[in-house]
Amino acid sequence: MTADKKPIIIAKDVHKWFGDFHALRGVSMEVNQGEVIVIFGPSGSGKSTFIRTINHLEEHQQGDIVVDGIELSHDVRNIEKIREETGMVFQQFNLFPHLTVLQNVSLAPIWVKKWDKPRAEAKAMELLKRVGIPEQANKYPGQLSGGQQQRVAIARALAMEPKIMLFDEPTSALDPEMIKEVLDAMIELAKTGMTMLVVTHEMGFARAVADRMFFFDKGEIVESGTPEQIFKSPKEDRTKLFLSQILHH
Amino acid sequence: MSEAIMKPPLAERQTLLGWLRKNLFNSWSNAILTVAAAWLTFVTLRGLITWVFTEADWAVIQTNLRLILLGQYPIAQVWRIWVSMLLLSFLIGNSLSIWGKGKTSTRFTIGLVVLLAALAFVVSGPSRTWLLAMGALLAAGWWLARGAGKAMRSVVGIGWVIWPLIFILLLRGFGDGGPLPQVGTNLWGGLMLTFMLTIVGIVFSFPIGVLLALGRQSDLRIVRWFCITFIEVVRGVPLITILFMAQLMLPLFLPSGVTIDRVLRAMVGITLFSAAYLAENVRGGLQAIPKGQYEAAYALGLSTTLSMGLIILPQALRLIIPILVGQFIALFKDTALVAIVGLFDLVGIARTVLAQPAFLGTHREVYAFISLLYWVFSYAMSYVSIRLEDSLGVGKR
Repeated sequence: MTADKKPIIIAKDVHKWFGDFHALRGVSMEVNQGEVIVIFGPSGSGKSTFIRTINHLEEHQQGDIVVDGIELSHDVRNIEKIREETGMVFQQFNLFPHLTVLQNVSLAPIWVKKWDKPRAEAKAMELLKRVGIPEQANKYPGQLSGGQQQRVAIARALAMEPKIMLFDEPTSALDPEMIKEVLDAMIELAKTGMTMLVVTHEMGFARAVADRMFFFDKGEIVESGTPEQIFKSPKEDRTKLFLSQILHH
Repeated sequence: MSEAIMKPPLAERQTLLGWLRKNLFNSWSNAILTVAAAWLTFVTLRGLITWVFTEADWAVIQTNLRLILLGQYPIAQVWRIWVSMLLLSFLIGNSLSIWGKGKTSTRFTIGLVVLLAALAFVVSGPSRTWLLAMGALLAAGWWLARGAGKAMRSVVGIGWVIWPLIFILLLRGFGDGGPLPQVGTNLWGGLMLTFMLTIVGIVFSFPIGVLLALGRQSDLRIVRWFCITFIEVVRGVPLITILFMAQLMLPLFLPSGVTIDRVLRAMVGITLFSAAYLAENVRGGLQAIPKGQYEAAYALGLSTTLSMGLIILPQALRLIIPILVGQFIALFKDTALVAIVGLFDLVGIARTVLAQPAFLGTHREVYAFISLLYWVFSYAMSYVSIRLEDSLGVGKR
C-alpha cells in the first residue's frame, strides 16, 4: 500500500456534458502508481462518468487526461493503447454470454496481445485460481452466480496484465451474501500493489485498503483525503451528511 | 429410457374415451365444432385422395420428371449432378449424426434412406443406381460421424461451406472439351436452377446483408447514407421489378458487345434484394445486444472490428436464426418469379410442360407436384433451423 510518488493518472479540469446536463464540472485528480483510490458520492454525482472517461468509454469535452504518459485524445491508437493498460470491472459484469468462462478470460490476450492459445489459457486458469473459481472454467456465464460472474470479470480484466484497474460499482448488483467474495478478491488484488480506482459505497473496503478517498457531488470533487480523515473528521457538511446516510441505515 | 417408464399420476391417466370427452366434447358448442370439423376434414381428404389415386393423370410427371428436376441439362453430363448429390447425401448423413437428436435423428436417417430406396424402386435405368448410392452414402456418412469429436465437426462445417461452390463449378464445367465441358446456363433449369438461385442468393446475400447492417450504423456519413439509401430503395420495390430491370434495362446501359449471362443477372437481382431485407434483420439483432457488451469489449482493448466480429455479431446472429431461416425459405420460394422474366426454374419448366400438346389441361397435376417439391425443401430448411437453434442453445443462455 506504499505508493511511489509517480502519477500514473493525471486528470486536469475535466468537463463532460450530456446534452445540457453538466455531468463533470472541472474534476482534477492525480493518482500515483500503486495507489488504491475509492470514489464515493450520491447517485448522479458523476463518479461513474469520471472513471469511464479514463478509458474513454465516455468522451470528456474539456480538460486533459494523461494515463501512463499517454495523452487521451481523439486518436484511436492512443485510446486503444490506454485501454490495453487499464482493466475495467462493471456493475453488471458484462461477461460475454456466448463464450465459456475460460474463453471470456483468454479472449483479449489471444486477439489483442497475440498470445498463442495455450499461453493465454494457462494465464486464464492461473487467474481463475486466484479469484477462487478454477472449477467453473468450462461453464457459461449464465450458469454462474452473480458473485462468481463478477470474479470472472475481474480475472478477465487482469488477463490483459493492466497497470490500472477501474471498478465501477462492482458489488452494487450483487446479493448481500455474495458481496464479500468479490470484495475479498479486490482486497487481495490491492495488496499486490495494483493501482485501483474503485467507485463503491462499501466503506469497509475503503477502510481496509484505500489510500485516499474522493467524495463526489454534483459533478465535482467536494472533499478528498485518507480514509482516516474522511471517516473521523470530514470537513464539508455534504460529506458528513452523505456518510451519516450510508453508515447508519 | 426412464421417460418411457414414467407415467403421469393416476388422476391424469386417461382412457381414449376420457380424452375425447375432455378435449373434443367438453361442451355443446365444442361438440358441434368437433363434428363439423371432422366432416370437413373427411370431405376434403376424400376428395383429395380420390383425385390423387383415381382421377389425376400422373403420366405428365413421369414423362417430364427429368425436365422438371434438371431442365435441359445434357443427358451425357447428368452424372455431374449426381456426383454433387452423392456429396450432399454424405454431408447430410454426417450432420444428422452430429447435430441430430438421439432417436429422432436415427429414425429420420432411416426414413431418408428408405425414401431414397423407394424412389430408386420407382425409377428405372441409371437413376436407380445413383439413388441407391445416395442412400448408401447417407447411411455411411451417418455411421462414420457417430461419436465424432470436435475435429470432425469442423470438417463437416467446412464441407457445408464448400459444397455449394463444388456444386456450381461442377455443373458449369470449364472450356469446350476435356472431361468437364462447359454447360451454358441457358440449359440449366427445373428444380436444379431453383436450387442454384437459392444457394447463390443465400451464400452471397448473407455477407452483403451483414455489411449493410454494419454500414448503416457506421460513424462515416457517406457509408451510412449509402447503406440507408440502398436498403430503402431496394426494399421499396417488388422483386419482380428488380428482375425486370436486370433482364431488360441493364443491357441498355452496358456497352454494345458486352453481355451478361441471364441467369447471373437473375442471381445478382435476387442477391441484392435479399441482402437489403437481411440487413434490416441483422440490424434488429444488433439492437438487441446490450450496450454493456460493447463497453466490455472496448474496455479490454479490442478494436471496433474485433469487438463486432468476436462479441457482437456472434450473439446478434444467433438471436435472429429463426428470422434468417424464414427469410431464406421466402427467398427459395421467391425465386419462382424468375419464370416471369423467362428463365426455366421449377415454375418456368412447369409452364413449358403444360404447353406440350400431349399434356394440355394437366395444370392440377403439374402444380400439385411442384408445390410438393417446394414444400419438402422448405420444411427441410425449417427443420434444420430448429436443430441449429437447439445445438447453439438459443434462448438458453
